[in-house]
Amino acid sequence: MSVVNARLKERATQTTAAVAAEASMFRRPSEWRIFWEAFSQDRLALAAAALIGFVCLAAALAPVLSPYDPTVGDNSLRLAPLGTAGHVLGLDGQGRDILSRLLWGGRVSLAIALLPVAVASLISVFLGLVAGFFGGKVDMLIMRTLDVFFAFPAVLLAVAIAGVLGPGMLNVMLSITIVLIPYISRVAYMATVTVKNELFVDQARVSGARPRQILFHHILPNTLSPVIVYGSTLVGIMIVLGAGLSFLGLGITPPKPDWGIMCADGRNFLLVAPHVSAVPGVMLILVAMSFNIVGDGLRDALDPKLRR
Amino acid sequence: MGEALLEVDDLHTHFHLKNKVVRAVNGVSFSVRRGEIVGIAGESGAGKSVACLSILRLVPYPGRIERGRILLTGQDLLRKSERQMRELRGQTVSMVFEDPLNSLDPAFRVGDLISEALILHKALSKREARRKASDLLRLVGIPDPEGRLDNYAHELSGGMQQRVMIAIALSCDPALLIADNPTTALDVTIQIQILDLVKQLRDRLGMGVLWITHDLGVVAKLCDRVVIMYAGEVMEQGDVYGVLKRPRHPYTRRLIDALPKLGRPEQRLMPIEGRPPDPANLPAGCPFAPRCYKARPECEAHDVPLMGAGDGRAVRCLFPED
Repeated sequence: MSVVNARLKERATQTTAAVAAEASMFRRPSEWRIFWEAFSQDRLALAAAALIGFVCLAAALAPVLSPYDPTVGDNSLRLAPLGTAGHVLGLDGQGRDILSRLLWGGRVSLAIALLPVAVASLISVFLGLVAGFFGGKVDMLIMRTLDVFFAFPAVLLAVAIAGVLGPGMLNVMLSITIVLIPYISRVAYMATVTVKNELFVDQARVSGARPRQILFHHILPNTLSPVIVYGSTLVGIMIVLGAGLSFLGLGITPPKPDWGIMCADGRNFLLVAPHVSAVPGVMLILVAMSFNIVGDGLRDALDPKLRR
Repeated sequence: MGEALLEVDDLHTHFHLKNKVVRAVNGVSFSVRRGEIVGIAGESGAGKSVACLSILRLVPYPGRIERGRILLTGQDLLRKSERQMRELRGQTVSMVFEDPLNSLDPAFRVGDLISEALILHKALSKREARRKASDLLRLVGIPDPEGRLDNYAHELSGGMQQRVMIAIALSCDPALLIADNPTTALDVTIQIQILDLVKQLRDRLGMGVLWITHDLGVVAKLCDRVVIMYAGEVMEQGDVYGVLKRPRHPYTRRLIDALPKLGRPEQRLMPIEGRPPDPANLPAGCPFAPRCYKARPECEAHDVPLMGAGDGRAVRCLFPED
């Protein structure tokens, strides 16, 4: 690689300026590489991303990794503490292996939090962009409709939607998506309105750019960072909301695990066996925090102005 | 000086607010020929910028071009569809704004910003556009143009940013370049460099330039002709030397008197008393009359026409200086 560069440099200095220009076309590192260099300098974000990757991988491989059936308990070992032989993370109130439940529960909790946030963000960015950019009647129609959703407390709305749709993981994800859209849309909308009035948008107009081009080329990239940061903070909250819905019998049904249900299950033994709640609780906090940190890191690495 | 490139005739642009109409541009007429640099000078709020945005048909809501005629290379711009206007913008007429940093999209590299219009209007490939972009950077005097292509705007100095803006504006060889106060954000030495650059480019490329400024010093240094605007009207126009050396309109004269002069430190500056009229509530007759040292009752009685004086000069005054 460096040999090639040296060759190119040598050729460039020896021959004409045209060749120098040609060589410089190869000097540009790819966007991905620049992003990675910026992101990997943020050690904390890198560690958080690694943790998320690890947890996701472990959850995905739960059928292989899980040492026991997460739904079948061994009553002789009820509430056994951390480090019990064969059960590193102990057992819960029904004698089920907590590590196995953590792995299987992660599949549910991560899916319930990540997918709705991702889908809702996509829809919201589109809605916010269109409403903010075109303004007037379009703005009124979209934003006032979303305002109606703000009239209900988010959790209540999620419960209502999930209740109408009936229990099941897919329905919970759908209801969380619907609940999230008004919130993320607001953030995307505000960002769009701010960016829309920037001079560089006028500059694009003066250059004869089409509205579509202005919207997706110039406005969209500049509205993403608040959405990324906001979305990443939502992931943790949504794990908890999903757990809440399951607790009410609207999400997945027992004895299947999810981190929220595991926390709830342990509440009766908090004084006798705190680890039953604490292990999934710590997982929840770690994952939620990691998403926040990664969100901040992404924003910094994606914004050319914030790169070192 | 070549044939007429831009002709603005009796342009009226008004902003319709809830309960009033702001008459920002009121019957403005001027022209720019090929290879000519025309300055539009006046106080803030005189309607200079709105007049230029009207040429591009980009007057922000709730503004509207009420009447008038704008001919650019013989085409009537007010009869064009929005689609046809988009074709013209950036290609036949382009514009440079006052604030270069905020006019350059922070999410784009300089090279991609310049390439954008080239790909849009000239249907160049990315590679061709990139090569042309580096040629343009060289044209506007940026050292190591190939290296700068991958910089973001905020990594460049103010003068460099303004050069990039000019490079973008020139990318599709426009016949007319409109510059709205492009040097106000720059310090004086950089300002001079930019002015020299624009003059050079005019000589090389032969485009017409419409330069908006409130700095008569810039007008004197750069322009061939000047249009003095006040309260949305043209007060005086003519060749720069004549207008600045022997102003005919009292307003022009007071503008020049208000400038500090080198070598005469003892002389007090002469501010123009009063303030410009509210454009939502313009007085009858000459808008400058309330502040004019020569005003007589007939000035405020009825509108004063812009009167030609033969030598290319025109003055909107009943009692011009000789």
